[in-house]
Amino acid sequence: MTAIVEILSALFLLMGVFLFLVSAFGIIRLPDVYTRNHAASKSSTLGILFILIGTLLYFFHEHGHVDFRIVLAILFIFMTSPVAGHLINRSAYHSGVKMWDRSVQDDLKKGR
Amino acid sequence: MSFQILLNVILAVTWMFLKNEFDGSTFIIGYVLGLCIMFVFRRFFKDRFYLNRVIAVFRLLLLFARELISSNISVLKIVLKPKLDMRPGIFAFETVLRKDWEITVLSNLITLTPGTLVVDISADNRILYIHAMDIADKADAVHSIKHTFEKAIMEVSK
Repeated sequence: MTAIVEILSALFLLMGVFLFLVSAFGIIRLPDVYTRNHAASKSSTLGILFILIGTLLYFFHEHGHVDFRIVLAILFIFMTSPVAGHLINRSAYHSGVKMWDRSVQDDLKKGR
Repeated sequence: MSFQILLNVILAVTWMFLKNEFDGSTFIIGYVLGLCIMFVFRRFFKDRFYLNRVIAVFRLLLLFARELISSNISVLKIVLKPKLDMRPGIFAFETVLRKDWEITVLSNLITLTPGTLVVDISADNRILYIHAMDIADKADAVHSIKHTFEKAIMEVSK
């Protein structure tokens, strides 16, 4: 039982770290703010979630009770991280950051 | 909805008085029993049975989780592909939702869907401007927003 829980939580931690790695790669590789934001706002959210779930599992097994602060943290990250991504994109657009030159469509320019 | 919850709490407290035991577990049992009674009498409430709404909220949360995972897989594919050959762009999407919180939830969901991110919302709250990682997926994204997310949100709010 101990081994199973340890392996499971280690797996969750590793997946979280892997997602962080991918989002870091994405931030370096992708061409402009908007596409970079895709990597930053999605992969890191799920990465944090996985790491917290791994921690939750481990301490649940170790101490025998669920640490509700971790559950709260998961909830808040779930709610706030998309908002942050949206706001970064929005302020980038309004302060005139150019899109990648291979971008094909910009309905927002027409809409304003 | 708040009236129904209040009624349910009153039923639970009544059960506690009947049992003459004032602890948490009796309250929970009373609450569940009250829920059963209210389910039987659900036709006589003016608005719909509130458990339906609770279930709809849970559905929405599950949808959130599923979209988060699938969007991660798609971003992962794009980032790790050796050649960057996607064609990003911003497209307009007209929403049928009207209330402020509905639009907030919808744009959060869109941000979590594969390859899409809300950039701006028009002043009259009707049009969402969505940045797509690959404009070729636009039809797909619009379809899933229209038929999955908006429906799930309306299920909660109706």
